[in-house]
Amino acid sequence: MSEREKLIELKDVQITFGSGRKKFVAVDDVNFDIYKGETFSLVGESGSGKTTIGRAITRINPVSSGEILFKGQRISGKISKEMDKEVIRKCQMIFQDPMASLNERAKVDYIVSEGLLNFHLYKDEEDRRKKVEDALREVGLLPEFASRFPHEFSGGQRQRIGIARALIMEPEFVVADEPISALDVSIRAQVLNLLNRLKKERGLTYLFIAHDLSVVRFISDRIGVIHRGRIVELAETEELFEHPLHPYTKALQSAVPIPDPQREKKKKLLVYDPSMHDYSVDKPFWKELRPGHFVWANEREMEEYLKQDEENLETV
Amino acid sequence: MDRELLLSAKDIEIEFTLRGKVLKAIRKCSLDVYEGETIAIVGESGSGKSVFTKSFLGMLDANGSITGGSITYGGVDISKYKTEKEWMGIRGRKISMVMQDPMTSLNPLKKIGKQIQESIEINQGIKGEEARKKAIEMMEMVGITDAERRANQYPHEFSGGMRQRVVIAIATACHPQILICDEPTTALDVTIQAQILELIRNLQKELNMTVIYITHDLGVVANVADRVAVMYAGQIVEYGTVEEIFYDAWHPYTWALLSSLPQLGVKGEELPTIEGTPPNLFNEVKGDAFAPRNKRALEIDFEKEPPLFEITESHKVKSWYLDPRAPKIEQPEIIQKLRRTK
Repeated sequence: MSEREKLIELKDVQITFGSGRKKFVAVDDVNFDIYKGETFSLVGESGSGKTTIGRAITRINPVSSGEILFKGQRISGKISKEMDKEVIRKCQMIFQDPMASLNERAKVDYIVSEGLLNFHLYKDEEDRRKKVEDALREVGLLPEFASRFPHEFSGGQRQRIGIARALIMEPEFVVADEPISALDVSIRAQVLNLLNRLKKERGLTYLFIAHDLSVVRFISDRIGVIHRGRIVELAETEELFEHPLHPYTKALQSAVPIPDPQREKKKKLLVYDPSMHDYSVDKPFWKELRPGHFVWANEREMEEYLKQDEENLETV
Repeated sequence: MDRELLLSAKDIEIEFTLRGKVLKAIRKCSLDVYEGETIAIVGESGSGKSVFTKSFLGMLDANGSITGGSITYGGVDISKYKTEKEWMGIRGRKISMVMQDPMTSLNPLKKIGKQIQESIEINQGIKGEEARKKAIEMMEMVGITDAERRANQYPHEFSGGMRQRVVIAIATACHPQILICDEPTTALDVTIQAQILELIRNLQKELNMTVIYITHDLGVVANVADRVAVMYAGQIVEYGTVEEIFYDAWHPYTWALLSSLPQLGVKGEELPTIEGTPPNLFNEVKGDAFAPRNKRALEIDFEKEPPLFEITESHKVKSWYLDPRAPKIEQPEIIQKLRRTK
């Protein structure tokens, strides 16, 4: 599927925090592309670096080596002022905790239009107000809400305000950082539906960051599994669920609770132990084992993974 | 069911006074808890699932009180307890609780070992070195390796999953009969979540405890529960064995909860959602509390509160759908599908 337009490309990206002896490598050797119009998900446990990657793309965290391309142009490191502005506009972010991500002392009107104000993206006051109204309506809120404060809203409504704030900039690419994990079950479905609808209507591209594989299966086209700052496996959603190759992916999958008591009580929990890999001689690398299905492993492991998968197929 | 009845809550009503107004948080809830079983209470936030179980331990906030009903435990109606001293005989010794957030339920200024030791000293009357040994034993039991050294560390040196293990160690140190776990894994990663659930299950077997889970994650429920109670707006609207709830639910709210799960969603299609918000419990609720959000509500749902209908001995539902006079209603597609894949 090489004809599809690549919106975001990450090439050998490494992100570090601190320097000298305190240097900490948060993300290493990350390579992936996000195609226009798709939902790409990053899954991993907390501290694995998934949010850091999202923040690097939106230029919140600097990249220490490698590069990130947006529509073929480099957006990591030093770039021109115009380019910087464009990236900030076109790449927006939705945050995890709607209770913490909104300014408690500002009215919704200001929160939603802050981006417009910063970039002077409106003709006059009337135009600005209209844009705010449209954005609110689009996420299923009433325009009257603009004059209220965040504390007057429930968690689900607050998350919608966060989405409206991202939408008003007319982005092409949205990083959704665990947008539903802080929400109640009944609200989750509403926010997922909203994100899906916006994707269709506006042709948005998402980078969806989550730790819950079950949600990811429903929403994404492709999934990257990240462990300790490294993407260990990447494939299309169904391929990844049907033929997981890396042991970490398998462990993650086995941990996902299934809402079906009989299957759930029968299932076996797999535990991933990173020390199972012996990379002292045979060095691991990033390879496309099947079309569109990448794995981080060394030669010997790759053969093993493929063999295991074939055996699984036969037993099924 | 020939198992021994441990605790029986009957028609519990709990009210909170807020700025002069009265909020009816729990409106006649009944629950029987048997020895050694695992019960899960599910519902959205604000449905009263935490408040209901906290009343078993006398842990309601100062402005709340039990205004009706009875909680019979060990032959005594503990809902009539007034003083802290009376409650201390129950809380931590017979019934204990694991809270949701392991980050805030430990004292950051005290060493881990000391915090477990404290609970043992207060509740078991063992003091000093002996209690310390017991604390370290507990830490090993909940799967903390190198317990001797880690007992001298502070909570900030522990990860979230490890802290939750410490909280569980404190809660189970006195071998309670009933352990209430209030969303024990929501703040944790999926892989850690699976480990904690496994730990609670093992402890339950070892100490022969009854466990009550409070959760909104139906996946967790399917994993751990023997029986499930679904709560909505301060009432238990449906309860039954885990199989009856997942494969043969009859309350529209249970249907809505199950069908809004992304795990069961079909890609490319909209997930069914629950529109609207739960009723305001400051006001009197008329009829079936879920009726305004139920697209297939009957006329009577808005008029009269449904009684509990019995489907089987263990499965009861509070919905007019089961009245013989009600029009015939099919279970939604998704429930039928769940049953077929069984």
